[in-house]
Amino acid sequence: MVLRHRLAQLVTLVVLVGAWELATRLAEEPFFPRPSVIVKNMRELWLSGPPSQLLLTENVSEDIVPSLTRLLGGWAIAAVIGISVGIALGRIGWLVDFVGPLLHFLRAVPPPALLPVFIVILGLSTTMQLAVIAFGVIWPILLNTIDGARSVEGTQVDTARVFRVSPLRRLFGVVLPAASPKIFAGLRISLSLALILMVISELIGTTDGLGRALEDAKGEFSIADMWAVVVLLGILGYVLNALLLAVEHRVLRWHRASRALQSEQG
Amino acid sequence: MAFALRLRLPGVPAFPLLGRPWIRGAIGVALFLAAGEAIGRMGLVSREDLPPTSDVLRALWQMVAVEGFGSDVLITTGNWLLGLAVAIAIGVPAGLLLGSVPILNSASRLAIDFLRPIPSVALIPLAILVLGTGTEMRVFVMVFAAIWPILFNTIYGLMEVDPLAKETARSFGAGRIRVALTVSLPSAAPFILTGIRLAATIALILEITAELLGGGGAGGIGKVINVATGGFGRMDVVLAATLVAGVIGLLANTMLEYVSRHGFAWAHTGAPS
Repeated sequence: MVLRHRLAQLVTLVVLVGAWELATRLAEEPFFPRPSVIVKNMRELWLSGPPSQLLLTENVSEDIVPSLTRLLGGWAIAAVIGISVGIALGRIGWLVDFVGPLLHFLRAVPPPALLPVFIVILGLSTTMQLAVIAFGVIWPILLNTIDGARSVEGTQVDTARVFRVSPLRRLFGVVLPAASPKIFAGLRISLSLALILMVISELIGTTDGLGRALEDAKGEFSIADMWAVVVLLGILGYVLNALLLAVEHRVLRWHRASRALQSEQG
Repeated sequence: MAFALRLRLPGVPAFPLLGRPWIRGAIGVALFLAAGEAIGRMGLVSREDLPPTSDVLRALWQMVAVEGFGSDVLITTGNWLLGLAVAIAIGVPAGLLLGSVPILNSASRLAIDFLRPIPSVALIPLAILVLGTGTEMRVFVMVFAAIWPILFNTIYGLMEVDPLAKETARSFGAGRIRVALTVSLPSAAPFILTGIRLAATIALILEITAELLGGGGAGGIGKVINVATGGFGRMDVVLAATLVAGVIGLLANTMLEYVSRHGFAWAHTGAPS
Protein backbone atom coordinates (compact mmCIF):
# COMPACT_ATOMS: atom_id res chain seq x y z
CA MET A 1 0.00 0.00 0.00
CA VAL A 2 2.61 2.52 1.11
CA LEU A 3 4.95 1.40 -1.66
CA ARG A 4 2.19 1.79 -4.21
CA HIS A 5 1.54 5.35 -3.05
CA ARG A 6 5.25 6.23 -3.20
CA LEU A 7 5.36 4.88 -6.71
CA ALA A 8 2.25 6.83 -7.71
CA GLN A 9 3.84 10.01 -6.31
CA LEU A 10 7.03 9.56 -8.28
CA VAL A 11 5.19 8.61 -11.47
CA THR A 12 2.95 11.68 -11.15
CA LEU A 13 5.94 13.97 -10.64
CA VAL A 14 7.81 12.49 -13.60
CA VAL A 15 4.71 12.69 -15.81
CA LEU A 16 4.10 16.33 -14.80
CA VAL A 17 7.69 17.40 -15.45
CA GLY A 18 7.64 15.45 -18.74
CA ALA A 19 4.42 17.19 -19.79
CA TRP A 20 5.96 20.54 -18.88
CA GLU A 21 9.04 19.77 -20.99
CA LEU A 22 6.90 18.62 -23.90
CA ALA A 23 4.52 21.59 -23.71
CA THR A 24 7.36 24.13 -23.59
CA ARG A 25 9.14 22.38 -26.51
CA LEU A 26 5.97 22.50 -28.60
CA ALA A 27 4.90 26.02 -27.66
CA GLU A 28 8.36 27.64 -27.88
CA GLU A 29 7.13 30.60 -25.86
CA PRO A 30 10.02 32.87 -24.85
CA PHE A 31 8.57 33.35 -21.37
CA PHE A 32 8.34 29.62 -20.68
CA PRO A 33 11.76 28.02 -21.07
CA ARG A 34 12.07 24.23 -20.96
CA PRO A 35 12.62 22.73 -17.49
CA SER A 36 15.82 21.13 -18.78
CA VAL A 37 17.11 24.61 -19.67
CA ILE A 38 16.12 25.91 -16.23
CA VAL A 39 18.04 23.10 -14.54
CA LYS A 40 21.05 23.76 -16.78
CA ASN A 41 20.97 27.47 -15.83
CA MET A 42 20.67 26.60 -12.16
CA ARG A 43 23.79 24.44 -12.46
CA GLU A 44 25.68 27.18 -14.28
CA LEU A 45 24.61 29.83 -11.79
CA TRP A 46 25.33 28.02 -8.56
CA LEU A 47 26.98 24.63 -9.11
CA SER A 48 29.72 25.13 -11.70
CA GLY A 49 32.50 26.27 -9.36
CA PRO A 50 35.84 24.59 -8.71
CA PRO A 51 35.80 21.18 -6.98
CA SER A 52 37.81 22.63 -4.07
CA GLN A 53 34.70 24.64 -3.13
CA LEU A 54 32.39 21.66 -3.56
CA LEU A 55 31.44 23.05 -6.99
CA LEU A 56 29.75 26.06 -5.41
CA THR A 57 30.21 29.24 -7.43
CA GLU A 58 30.78 32.78 -6.20
CA ASN A 59 27.12 33.44 -6.88
CA VAL A 60 26.29 31.20 -3.93
CA SER A 61 27.96 33.59 -1.51
CA GLU A 62 26.42 36.55 -3.33
CA ASP A 63 22.87 35.27 -3.75
CA ILE A 64 22.04 32.45 -1.42
CA VAL A 65 24.09 33.14 1.72
CA PRO A 66 22.89 36.75 2.28
CA SER A 67 19.29 35.77 1.60
CA LEU A 68 19.38 32.83 3.99
CA THR A 69 21.07 34.93 6.68
CA ARG A 70 18.39 37.62 6.45
CA LEU A 71 15.56 35.11 6.33
CA LEU A 72 16.72 33.11 9.35
CA GLY A 73 17.92 36.20 11.23
CA GLY A 74 14.63 38.06 10.87
CA TRP A 75 12.66 34.95 11.70
CA ALA A 76 14.80 34.25 14.79
CA ILE A 77 14.37 37.83 16.06
CA ALA A 78 10.61 37.54 15.59
CA ALA A 79 10.60 34.16 17.35
CA VAL A 80 12.53 35.40 20.42
CA ILE A 81 10.43 38.56 20.83
CA GLY A 82 7.16 36.88 19.85
CA ILE A 83 7.50 33.95 22.23
CA SER A 84 8.72 35.95 25.25
CA VAL A 85 6.18 38.76 24.87
CA GLY A 86 3.48 36.23 24.00
CA ILE A 87 4.09 34.18 27.16
CA ALA A 88 4.03 37.35 29.28
CA LEU A 89 0.79 38.58 27.67
CA GLY A 90 -0.81 35.16 27.82
CA ARG A 91 -0.10 34.70 31.52
CA ILE A 92 -1.32 38.17 32.53
CA GLY A 93 -4.98 37.99 31.61
CA TRP A 94 -5.97 41.66 31.87
CA LEU A 95 -3.07 42.85 29.73
CA VAL A 96 -4.34 40.90 26.71
CA ASP A 97 -7.62 42.84 26.81
CA PHE A 98 -5.69 46.07 26.36
CA VAL A 99 -3.52 45.01 23.45
CA GLY A 100 -5.75 42.39 21.78
CA PRO A 101 -7.58 44.57 19.22
CA LEU A 102 -4.35 46.41 18.44
CA LEU A 103 -2.51 43.15 17.76
CA HIS A 104 -5.30 41.96 15.47
CA PHE A 105 -5.06 45.19 13.51
CA LEU A 106 -1.26 45.02 13.24
CA ARG A 107 -1.48 41.42 12.05
CA ALA A 108 -3.91 42.48 9.31
CA VAL A 109 -1.53 45.14 7.95
CA PRO A 110 0.14 43.83 4.77
CA PRO A 111 3.85 44.18 5.70
CA PRO A 112 5.08 45.10 2.18
CA ALA A 113 3.05 48.31 2.43
CA LEU A 114 5.34 49.49 5.22
CA LEU A 115 8.53 48.74 3.28
CA PRO A 116 8.98 52.39 2.15
CA VAL A 117 8.81 53.59 5.77
CA PHE A 118 11.42 51.04 6.86
CA ILE A 119 13.66 52.05 3.94
CA VAL A 120 13.39 55.76 4.76
CA ILE A 121 14.20 55.22 8.44
CA LEU A 122 16.83 52.47 8.24
CA GLY A 123 18.20 52.97 4.73
CA LEU A 124 18.93 50.25 2.19
CA SER A 125 20.66 47.97 4.66
CA THR A 126 20.58 44.50 6.11
CA THR A 127 19.20 46.05 9.31
CA MET A 128 16.24 47.30 7.30
CA GLN A 129 15.62 43.86 5.81
CA LEU A 130 15.88 42.16 9.19
CA ALA A 131 13.43 44.70 10.62
CA VAL A 132 10.95 44.21 7.75
CA ILE A 133 11.07 40.43 8.04
CA ALA A 134 10.86 40.46 11.85
CA PHE A 135 7.96 42.94 11.85
CA GLY A 136 6.10 41.04 9.18
CA VAL A 137 6.36 37.55 10.64
CA ILE A 138 6.07 38.23 14.38
CA TRP A 139 2.25 38.31 14.52
CA PRO A 140 1.44 34.63 13.94
CA ILE A 141 4.11 33.67 16.53
CA LEU A 142 2.91 36.26 19.06
CA LEU A 143 -0.81 35.52 18.71
CA ASN A 144 -0.29 31.74 18.78
CA THR A 145 1.97 31.98 21.84
CA ILE A 146 -0.60 34.11 23.68
CA ASP A 147 -3.24 31.56 22.79
CA GLY A 148 -1.04 28.67 23.91
CA ALA A 149 -0.01 30.34 27.17
CA ARG A 150 -3.63 31.15 28.02
CA SER A 151 -4.80 27.61 27.48
CA VAL A 152 -2.37 26.05 29.97
CA GLU A 153 -4.47 24.08 32.43
CA GLY A 154 -4.96 25.92 35.71
CA THR A 155 -4.57 22.72 37.73
CA GLN A 156 -1.13 22.09 36.28
CA VAL A 157 0.15 25.54 37.21
CA ASP A 158 -1.53 25.33 40.61
CA THR A 159 -0.04 21.91 41.27
CA ALA A 160 3.42 23.21 40.45
CA ARG A 161 2.80 26.17 42.73
CA VAL A 162 1.64 23.98 45.61
CA PHE A 163 4.83 21.97 45.29
CA ARG A 164 6.79 25.23 45.52
CA VAL A 165 8.26 24.92 42.06
CA SER A 166 10.07 28.21 41.43
CA PRO A 167 8.45 30.62 38.91
CA LEU A 168 11.33 30.17 36.47
CA ARG A 169 11.01 26.40 36.50
CA ARG A 170 7.22 26.72 36.26
CA LEU A 171 7.76 28.77 33.12
CA PHE A 172 10.17 26.35 31.47
CA GLY A 173 8.72 23.16 32.91
CA VAL A 174 4.98 23.75 32.67
CA VAL A 175 3.91 26.81 30.70
CA LEU A 176 6.30 26.67 27.74
CA PRO A 177 5.87 22.94 27.06
CA ALA A 178 2.08 23.21 27.29
CA ALA A 179 2.09 26.13 24.86
CA SER A 180 4.64 24.61 22.48
CA PRO A 181 2.26 22.89 20.00
CA LYS A 182 0.60 26.26 19.32
CA ILE A 183 3.97 28.02 19.24
CA PHE A 184 5.26 25.61 16.59
CA ALA A 185 2.16 26.16 14.47
CA GLY A 186 2.89 29.90 14.58
CA LEU A 187 6.58 29.37 13.78
CA ARG A 188 5.66 27.37 10.68
CA ILE A 189 3.28 30.02 9.30
CA SER A 190 5.96 32.63 9.99
CA LEU A 191 8.70 30.75 8.19
CA SER A 192 6.88 30.73 4.85
CA LEU A 193 5.93 34.37 5.40
CA ALA A 194 9.60 35.18 6.09
CA LEU A 195 10.55 33.74 2.70
CA ILE A 196 8.01 36.03 1.01
CA LEU A 197 9.22 39.12 2.86
CA MET A 198 12.87 38.26 2.23
CA VAL A 199 12.19 38.27 -1.51
CA ILE A 200 10.19 41.52 -1.44
CA SER A 201 12.74 43.38 0.66
CA GLU A 202 15.50 42.25 -1.72
CA LEU A 203 13.54 43.07 -4.87
CA ILE A 204 13.39 46.68 -3.78
CA GLY A 205 16.60 47.45 -2.01
CA THR A 206 19.85 45.48 -1.99
CA THR A 207 23.06 44.77 -3.82
CA ASP A 208 22.97 41.02 -3.16
CA GLY A 209 20.57 38.19 -2.41
CA LEU A 210 18.16 36.11 -4.45
CA GLY A 211 15.67 38.95 -4.87
CA ARG A 212 18.49 41.01 -6.38
CA ALA A 213 19.44 38.09 -8.64
CA LEU A 214 15.82 37.98 -9.80
CA GLU A 215 15.82 41.70 -10.58
CA ASP A 216 19.18 41.41 -12.38
CA ALA A 217 17.90 38.54 -14.51
CA LYS A 218 14.81 40.59 -15.34
CA GLY A 219 17.01 43.55 -16.27
CA GLU A 220 19.05 41.35 -18.62
CA PHE A 221 15.82 39.84 -19.93
CA SER A 222 17.20 36.41 -19.05
CA ILE A 223 13.92 34.56 -18.54
CA ALA A 224 15.55 31.18 -17.82
CA ASP A 225 17.62 32.71 -15.00
CA MET A 226 14.45 34.21 -13.52
CA TRP A 227 12.88 30.76 -13.55
CA ALA A 228 16.06 29.34 -12.02
CA VAL A 229 15.75 31.74 -9.05
CA VAL A 230 12.05 30.90 -8.64
CA VAL A 231 12.75 27.16 -8.60
CA LEU A 232 15.65 27.60 -6.15
CA LEU A 233 13.37 29.64 -3.84
CA GLY A 234 10.84 26.81 -3.97
CA ILE A 235 13.54 24.28 -3.04
CA LEU A 236 14.74 26.51 -0.18
CA GLY A 237 11.18 26.83 1.13
CA TYR A 238 10.69 23.09 0.92
CA VAL A 239 13.95 22.27 2.75
CA LEU A 240 13.43 24.87 5.50
CA ASN A 241 9.88 23.68 6.13
CA ALA A 242 11.03 20.04 6.23
CA LEU A 243 13.79 20.92 8.75
CA LEU A 244 11.34 22.76 11.00
CA LEU A 245 8.90 19.84 10.81
CA ALA A 246 11.69 17.46 11.84
CA VAL A 247 12.55 19.65 14.85
CA GLU A 248 8.88 19.94 15.77
CA HIS A 249 8.51 16.18 15.49
CA ARG A 250 11.34 15.65 17.99
CA VAL A 251 10.37 18.39 20.42
CA LEU A 252 6.68 17.49 20.51
CA ARG A 253 7.15 13.74 20.79
CA TRP A 254 5.88 13.79 24.39
CA HIS A 255 2.81 15.71 23.25
CA ARG A 256 1.72 13.09 20.75
CA ALA A 257 2.44 10.35 23.29
CA SER A 258 0.25 12.01 25.92
CA ARG A 259 -2.52 12.64 23.39
CA ALA A 260 -2.47 8.98 22.41
CA LEU A 261 -2.62 8.00 26.07
CA GLN A 262 -5.58 10.30 26.66
CA SER A 263 -7.55 8.91 23.78
CA GLU A 264 -6.84 5.36 25.00
CA GLN A 265 -8.16 6.21 28.43
CA GLY A 266 -11.10 8.30 27.26
CA MET B 1 -10.46 31.45 32.49
CA ALA B 2 -10.07 30.81 36.18
CA PHE B 3 -6.57 32.23 36.37
CA ALA B 4 -7.52 35.21 34.24
CA LEU B 5 -10.15 36.16 36.81
CA ARG B 6 -7.72 35.61 39.63
CA LEU B 7 -5.00 37.71 38.04
CA ARG B 8 -7.39 40.36 36.85
CA LEU B 9 -7.31 42.97 39.53
CA PRO B 10 -4.08 43.26 41.52
CA GLY B 11 -2.43 45.64 39.05
CA VAL B 12 -5.49 47.60 38.02
CA PRO B 13 -7.50 49.99 40.16
CA ALA B 14 -11.05 48.81 40.64
CA PHE B 15 -12.78 51.15 38.19
CA PRO B 16 -15.80 49.15 37.10
CA LEU B 17 -15.69 50.48 33.52
CA LEU B 18 -12.14 49.22 33.04
CA GLY B 19 -13.46 45.71 33.46
CA ARG B 20 -15.10 45.67 30.04
CA PRO B 21 -12.88 44.13 27.36
CA TRP B 22 -13.89 46.49 24.56
CA ILE B 23 -13.08 49.55 26.68
CA ARG B 24 -9.68 48.07 27.49
CA GLY B 25 -9.14 47.41 23.80
CA ALA B 26 -10.09 50.98 22.93
CA ILE B 27 -7.66 52.27 25.58
CA GLY B 28 -4.92 50.13 24.02
CA VAL B 29 -5.59 51.55 20.55
CA ALA B 30 -5.71 55.11 21.93
CA LEU B 31 -2.37 54.60 23.72
CA PHE B 32 -0.87 53.28 20.47
CA LEU B 33 -2.06 56.32 18.50
CA ALA B 34 -0.79 58.65 21.25
CA ALA B 35 2.59 56.89 21.22
CA GLY B 36 2.70 57.35 17.44
CA GLU B 37 2.04 61.05 17.90
CA ALA B 38 4.69 61.39 20.62
CA ILE B 39 7.39 59.48 18.72
CA GLY B 40 6.69 61.52 15.60
CA ARG B 41 7.14 64.76 17.52
CA MET B 42 10.10 63.79 19.68
CA GLY B 43 12.55 64.26 16.84
CA LEU B 44 14.35 60.91 17.14
CA VAL B 45 13.66 60.52 13.45
CA SER B 46 12.70 63.41 11.22
CA ARG B 47 9.02 64.27 11.03
CA GLU B 48 8.99 63.55 7.30
CA ASP B 49 10.34 60.03 7.78
CA LEU B 50 8.03 58.98 10.58
CA PRO B 51 5.14 61.45 10.71
CA PRO B 52 3.04 61.68 13.89
CA THR B 53 -0.49 60.24 13.99
CA SER B 54 -2.15 63.63 13.40
CA ASP B 55 -0.19 64.14 10.16
CA VAL B 56 -1.18 60.68 8.96
CA LEU B 57 -4.86 61.30 9.69
CA ARG B 58 -4.69 64.69 7.97
CA ALA B 59 -3.10 63.05 4.92
CA LEU B 60 -5.83 60.41 4.94
CA TRP B 61 -8.53 63.08 4.99
CA GLN B 62 -6.82 64.92 2.13
CA MET B 63 -6.51 61.70 0.10
CA VAL B 64 -10.14 60.72 0.54
CA ALA B 65 -11.66 64.15 0.09
CA VAL B 66 -9.49 65.57 -2.67
CA GLU B 67 -7.41 62.93 -4.45
CA GLY B 68 -10.01 60.22 -5.05
CA PHE B 69 -8.36 57.62 -2.83
CA GLY B 70 -11.74 55.93 -2.60
CA SER B 71 -11.49 54.58 -6.14
CA ASP B 72 -8.07 53.06 -5.38
CA VAL B 73 -9.54 51.35 -2.32
CA LEU B 74 -12.34 50.00 -4.51
CA ILE B 75 -9.85 48.68 -7.09
CA THR B 76 -7.80 46.91 -4.44
CA THR B 77 -10.86 45.48 -2.70
CA GLY B 78 -12.46 44.38 -5.98
CA ASN B 79 -9.30 42.65 -7.26
CA TRP B 80 -8.77 41.05 -3.88
CA LEU B 81 -12.32 39.64 -3.71
CA LEU B 82 -11.98 38.39 -7.29
CA GLY B 83 -8.67 36.67 -6.51
CA LEU B 84 -10.13 35.11 -3.37
CA ALA B 85 -13.21 33.94 -5.28
CA VAL B 86 -11.09 32.28 -7.98
CA ALA B 87 -8.91 30.62 -5.31
CA ILE B 88 -12.06 29.26 -3.60
CA ALA B 89 -13.59 28.16 -6.91
CA ILE B 90 -10.48 26.11 -7.70
CA GLY B 91 -9.35 25.13 -4.20
CA VAL B 92 -12.58 23.72 -2.76
CA PRO B 93 -13.51 21.42 -5.69
CA ALA B 94 -9.89 20.29 -6.02
CA GLY B 95 -9.80 19.62 -2.29
CA LEU B 96 -13.07 17.67 -2.50
CA LEU B 97 -11.65 15.57 -5.31
CA LEU B 98 -8.29 14.90 -3.66
CA GLY B 99 -9.92 14.37 -0.26
CA SER B 100 -12.41 11.77 -1.50
CA VAL B 101 -10.04 9.79 -3.76
CA PRO B 102 -7.07 8.68 -1.62
CA ILE B 103 -4.90 7.51 -4.52
CA LEU B 104 -5.20 10.91 -6.24
CA ASN B 105 -4.37 12.63 -2.97
CA SER B 106 -1.17 10.72 -2.32
CA ALA B 107 -0.15 10.72 -5.98
CA SER B 108 -0.35 14.50 -6.21
CA ARG B 109 1.25 15.09 -2.80
CA LEU B 110 4.87 15.19 -3.95
CA ALA B 111 4.13 17.57 -6.83
CA ILE B 112 2.12 19.84 -4.53
CA ASP B 113 4.86 19.78 -1.89
CA PHE B 114 7.27 21.16 -4.49
CA LEU B 115 4.88 23.82 -5.80
CA ARG B 116 3.59 25.13 -2.50
CA PRO B 117 6.76 26.60 -0.98
CA ILE B 118 7.53 28.73 -4.07
CA PRO B 119 7.04 32.26 -2.70
CA SER B 120 4.52 33.78 -5.06
CA VAL B 121 6.11 37.24 -4.82
CA ALA B 122 9.05 35.75 -6.72
CA LEU B 123 6.60 35.09 -9.55
CA ILE B 124 5.51 38.74 -9.72
CA PRO B 125 8.40 39.93 -11.99
CA LEU B 126 7.72 37.03 -14.38
CA ALA B 127 3.98 37.52 -14.19
CA ILE B 128 4.39 41.21 -15.02
CA LEU B 129 6.36 40.30 -18.15
CA VAL B 130 3.75 37.78 -19.28
CA LEU B 131 0.47 39.28 -18.07
CA GLY B 132 1.19 42.98 -17.62
CA THR B 133 0.42 44.96 -14.43
CA GLY B 134 -3.37 44.76 -14.48
CA THR B 135 -6.02 42.57 -12.94
CA GLU B 136 -4.96 39.31 -14.68
CA MET B 137 -1.46 39.43 -13.18
CA ARG B 138 -2.75 40.34 -9.73
CA VAL B 139 -5.37 37.62 -9.69
CA PHE B 140 -2.82 35.06 -10.89
CA VAL B 141 -0.30 35.72 -8.09
CA MET B 142 -3.08 35.92 -5.50
CA VAL B 143 -4.53 32.58 -6.57
CA PHE B 144 -1.10 30.94 -6.63
CA ALA B 145 -0.49 32.00 -3.03
CA ALA B 146 -3.97 31.75 -1.55
CA ILE B 147 -5.07 28.41 -2.94
CA TRP B 148 -2.94 26.24 -0.62
CA PRO B 149 -4.61 26.90 2.73
CA ILE B 150 -8.04 26.40 1.08
CA LEU B 151 -6.96 23.17 -0.62
CA PHE B 152 -5.31 21.68 2.45
CA ASN B 153 -8.04 22.66 4.87
CA THR B 154 -10.65 21.13 2.55
CA ILE B 155 -8.69 17.86 2.38
CA TYR B 156 -8.11 17.94 6.13
CA GLY B 157 -11.77 18.67 6.81
CA LEU B 158 -12.83 15.69 4.69
CA MET B 159 -10.58 13.40 6.73
CA GLU B 160 -12.42 14.46 9.89
CA VAL B 161 -15.88 13.62 8.54
CA ASP B 162 -17.66 11.05 10.68
CA PRO B 163 -17.39 7.76 8.73
CA LEU B 164 -20.68 6.59 10.24
CA ALA B 165 -22.52 9.54 8.67
CA LYS B 166 -21.05 8.70 5.28
CA GLU B 167 -21.87 4.98 5.59
CA THR B 168 -25.40 5.83 6.65
CA ALA B 169 -25.93 8.03 3.61
CA ARG B 170 -24.43 5.34 1.40
CA SER B 171 -26.69 2.65 2.81
CA PHE B 172 -29.70 4.84 2.04
CA GLY B 173 -28.62 4.70 -1.57
CA ALA B 174 -26.81 8.04 -1.96
CA GLY B 175 -24.10 8.01 -4.63
CA ARG B 176 -20.47 9.06 -4.17
CA ILE B 177 -21.00 12.60 -5.43
CA ARG B 178 -24.18 13.06 -3.45
CA VAL B 179 -22.41 11.94 -0.24
CA ALA B 180 -19.56 14.35 -0.96
CA LEU B 181 -21.93 17.29 -1.48
CA THR B 182 -24.55 16.64 1.21
CA VAL B 183 -22.55 14.95 3.98
CA SER B 184 -18.82 15.65 3.60
CA LEU B 185 -18.96 19.25 2.38
CA PRO B 186 -21.24 20.57 5.16
CA SER B 187 -19.30 18.81 7.87
CA ALA B 188 -15.95 20.01 6.48
CA ALA B 189 -17.28 23.58 6.09
CA PRO B 190 -15.76 24.99 9.30
CA PHE B 191 -12.31 23.77 8.25
CA ILE B 192 -12.75 25.18 4.76
CA LEU B 193 -13.74 28.52 6.25
CA THR B 194 -10.57 28.58 8.37
CA GLY B 195 -8.62 28.00 5.15
CA ILE B 196 -10.46 30.85 3.45
CA ARG B 197 -9.66 33.14 6.36
CA LEU B 198 -5.93 32.39 6.06
CA ALA B 199 -6.18 32.75 2.28
CA ALA B 200 -7.85 36.17 2.59
CA THR B 201 -4.90 37.55 4.56
CA ILE B 202 -2.36 36.12 2.10
CA ALA B 203 -4.29 37.35 -0.94
CA LEU B 204 -4.41 40.90 0.42
CA ILE B 205 -0.63 40.88 0.96
CA LEU B 206 -0.12 39.68 -2.62
CA GLU B 207 -2.56 42.17 -4.14
CA ILE B 208 -0.84 45.10 -2.43
CA THR B 209 2.64 43.77 -3.30
CA ALA B 210 1.66 43.25 -6.93
CA GLU B 211 0.37 46.82 -7.08
CA LEU B 212 3.50 48.07 -5.35
CA LEU B 213 5.90 46.29 -7.72
CA GLY B 214 3.73 46.76 -10.80
CA GLY B 215 4.02 50.52 -10.71
CA GLY B 216 2.22 52.42 -13.48
CA GLY B 217 -1.45 52.21 -14.44
CA ALA B 218 -4.17 50.02 -13.00
CA GLY B 219 -4.41 51.85 -9.62
CA GLY B 220 -4.94 50.48 -6.14
CA ILE B 221 -3.68 51.10 -2.59
CA GLY B 222 -0.25 49.66 -3.41
CA LYS B 223 0.09 51.99 -6.37
CA VAL B 224 -0.70 54.98 -4.17
CA ILE B 225 2.09 53.81 -1.85
CA ASN B 226 4.43 53.37 -4.82
CA VAL B 227 3.74 56.88 -6.09
CA ALA B 228 4.02 58.43 -2.61
CA THR B 229 7.41 56.75 -2.10
CA GLY B 230 8.91 58.34 -5.19
CA GLY B 231 9.59 62.06 -5.47
CA PHE B 232 9.30 63.76 -2.11
CA GLY B 233 8.74 60.53 -0.19
CA ARG B 234 5.40 61.30 1.42
CA MET B 235 5.51 58.88 4.34
CA ASP B 236 2.30 60.33 5.79
CA VAL B 237 0.51 59.16 2.63
CA VAL B 238 2.24 55.75 2.82
CA LEU B 239 1.16 55.28 6.44
CA ALA B 240 -2.39 56.48 5.74
CA ALA B 241 -2.71 54.00 2.86
CA THR B 242 -1.25 51.23 5.04
CA LEU B 243 -3.76 52.07 7.77
CA VAL B 244 -6.63 51.63 5.31
CA ALA B 245 -5.18 48.33 4.03
CA GLY B 246 -4.92 47.09 7.63
CA VAL B 247 -8.53 48.07 8.34
CA ILE B 248 -9.72 46.15 5.25
CA GLY B 249 -7.79 43.06 6.36
CA LEU B 250 -9.09 43.38 9.91
CA LEU B 251 -12.73 43.72 8.75
CA ALA B 252 -12.44 40.65 6.52
CA ASN B 253 -10.81 38.62 9.25
CA THR B 254 -13.38 39.65 11.87
CA MET B 255 -16.30 38.91 9.55
CA LEU B 256 -14.99 35.46 8.59
CA GLU B 257 -14.25 34.69 12.22
CA TYR B 258 -17.79 35.70 13.17
CA VAL B 259 -19.27 33.46 10.49
CA SER B 260 -17.13 30.50 11.51
CA ARG B 261 -18.14 30.97 15.14
CA HIS B 262 -21.86 31.48 14.64
CA GLY B 263 -22.65 30.21 11.16
CA PHE B 264 -22.11 26.49 11.60
CA ALA B 265 -24.59 25.40 14.20
CA TRP B 266 -24.55 21.87 12.78
CA ALA B 267 -20.85 21.25 13.12
CA HIS B 268 -19.09 22.64 16.15
CA THR B 269 -15.94 20.65 15.82
CA GLY B 270 -13.54 23.47 16.52
CA ALA B 271 -11.42 23.76 13.40
CA PRO B 272 -7.77 24.62 13.95
CA SER B 273 -6.92 28.29 13.73
